[in-house]
Amino acid sequence: MEALILQVLNGLDKGSAYALIALGLTLIFGTLGVVNFAHGALFMIGAFCAVTLNRLLTLSHIVVDETQKDFLGNPLNVEVPYLYDFFGQAAGDVIIDWSVPISILVAIPVMMLIGVAMERGLIKHFYKRPHADQILVTFGLAIVLQEIIKYFYGANPIPTPAPSAFTGSFDFGAALGFDPNLIIYPYWRLVYFAFAAVIIGAVFAFLQFTTFGMVVRAGMQDRETVGLLGIHIDRRFTIMFGLAAAVAGLAGVMYTPINSPNYHMGMDFLVLSFVVVVVGGMGSLGGAVLAGFLLGVLESFASMGQVLEVLPGLNQVILYVVAIIVLLTRPRGLMGRRGVMED
Amino acid sequence: MLSLNARDFQLLLFVAAITMLAPIFLNPFPVDSSLAQFNGGYPDLMQRFVIFGIFAIGFNILFGLTGYLSFGHAAFLGAGSYAAIWMMKLLTMNIIPAIILSIIVAGLFSLAVGFISLRRSGIYFSILTLAFAQMSYSLAYSVLTPITGGETGLQPKLNDPRILDGELAAGETARANLFGLEMGSSYDLAVGGWVFTFNVGYYIAAICMLLAFYASIRIFRSPFGLMLRAVKSNQNRLGYTGVSTRPYTLAAFVISGMYAGVAGGLMVAMDTQAGAERMFWTASGEVVLMTILGGAGTLIGPVLGAGMIKYMENIISKINTTILEAWFAWAPDGLQDVLVSVIYPFVGKGWHLTLGLVFMLVVIFLPGGLMEGFEKIGGLFSRKKGKNSDSVAGSASPAAAE
Repeated sequence: MEALILQVLNGLDKGSAYALIALGLTLIFGTLGVVNFAHGALFMIGAFCAVTLNRLLTLSHIVVDETQKDFLGNPLNVEVPYLYDFFGQAAGDVIIDWSVPISILVAIPVMMLIGVAMERGLIKHFYKRPHADQILVTFGLAIVLQEIIKYFYGANPIPTPAPSAFTGSFDFGAALGFDPNLIIYPYWRLVYFAFAAVIIGAVFAFLQFTTFGMVVRAGMQDRETVGLLGIHIDRRFTIMFGLAAAVAGLAGVMYTPINSPNYHMGMDFLVLSFVVVVVGGMGSLGGAVLAGFLLGVLESFASMGQVLEVLPGLNQVILYVVAIIVLLTRPRGLMGRRGVMED
Repeated sequence: MLSLNARDFQLLLFVAAITMLAPIFLNPFPVDSSLAQFNGGYPDLMQRFVIFGIFAIGFNILFGLTGYLSFGHAAFLGAGSYAAIWMMKLLTMNIIPAIILSIIVAGLFSLAVGFISLRRSGIYFSILTLAFAQMSYSLAYSVLTPITGGETGLQPKLNDPRILDGELAAGETARANLFGLEMGSSYDLAVGGWVFTFNVGYYIAAICMLLAFYASIRIFRSPFGLMLRAVKSNQNRLGYTGVSTRPYTLAAFVISGMYAGVAGGLMVAMDTQAGAERMFWTASGEVVLMTILGGAGTLIGPVLGAGMIKYMENIISKINTTILEAWFAWAPDGLQDVLVSVIYPFVGKGWHLTLGLVFMLVVIFLPGGLMEGFEKIGGLFSRKKGKNSDSVAGSASPAAAE
């Protein structure tokens, strides 16, 4: 029982990342009808927003400290972040410590801008082209974005720690009445899950309860009619693209403490996110979220020792096996709509 | 000739001449000149040109003709590689059985994958093939280690059985050969400042490529090829006329899988090792890039694309700051620094950036690939403008290379 709960928990944080990326992919697909292979790159750029902010905050100048001496007795040169000058040492330390959550504030406008620029600059010209062309051009864009990041940040993963308040682990077992230390779970992963839930909820609420969201949903149903009613649907779809980019970026920002970001993390996630989208059903937002969590949890169940004894290597292939089975038995995915991508 | 019409025969002769003379004209610069690093005429690189050429020709039969975009073709190349290396370990270092087995294994594997994946089309097909390829990659890395060698891959060892080969003499290592003719052996011809290397392995691979190319011309011109193009242009209508498209697409899939198998087998023949990284999805992406870059649906485009990408990979990636500084030594100091720092991100380790940009530009402006570009340039100089206008939409016109 404890093992099962632990695996569910383990699956949730990966599932959250899958769900967030798949949600963005589906938003783009549902509104603009574009299969965006560069979405993983947006996730990665989000993560590097956190890295950049961390670097900016720790930008320092060198000060001669008279109180500290090196072994020759000379005053020591100490690097002091500029932040200390502005806010004092205590507040500066707190800000640096919380750099990852603070990056969220930076990442939202940055990612929106990147998303809108991408849509207006490139993808706009591909609506009339075949899906294969859209896949290919966004694939090329993903390579370019990835290489630009690699040029500026190098090829090695860059550790970006979570705030020290979240570094420990939460003893889930004790809280549920099991023996202590059986189910322990890092705080940050709980935060990630909660964050993902909030973002997903916010996106759905935005689509469901605002006029803007209503128009977008109407546009997803029938773009032409909405246009005929005198609504500038293209502009709203562009904003949705920006929103989808921001969702992917935020998923990346919050993922940095779990996995140190490197330039190809986006591609690694992208392949799996496509599997998630297809399993959930192309064009179905609910399906994407459901499939994201489902596959995340399934993956962690498949990596349990008892399962691996029976079916070795299952953890490596479970997502693909599920995808193949789902596609062959339920061609539209778990919650796919009729008439989406049925050529 | 050879059941080809005159133009196709000319094309075949042209490709044959180019591949046979490649060691000469790929080495246009004398060995000790500063441009010698742009020489692409060394055996290792030339072998890769033709091997990836075969891979791309095969991929083009599927994608160029039927429009089914497979993102998992590297799996068949990998399977072919493993088959070939096992043949070399168990039976003989002669490459013929190795390549035959690699074709068979890749064909059977692609039959299984294609049978399932071709139930769906469009993006679903792409994802299914991607899923199968990633699955094979993960399995080859983990559970199938006894067969695939896992992370270390497979190499011929001294104590392999090799039933047909005799005992190795002391200190001798097993080398891939064709009835005693070793793949690695080559003949250097020095003319003036130039050195041309004629490598046995390259010529064997090149002959394989010519055969593959010939077969692909025949497929393009056959009723079968016409049927595949019909699948691309309107599958529904084919269904309404009472034609089942599945057998045709499946046959195209298996054929392209077998081409990948030949490429995989040849790779092992040239460099006797096989590893799982050959099946990774970036390898599948690479063949997609090659085909699109050269021109999907054209006969010679994929070979061109394969050559271009492999050349870039090997030559551009070798340029470093020292070389750049030497090039721009003529410029005043400030300008030199600017030029070097502007170009540097695009060369050396950053060559993928160049590749990505070139690829994007091609997809945006030349959907028919480089072949369409040549057509357009040719169109500028020829008077018969009306004739060219119908072959511009590259996606719809596999006729561009005729």
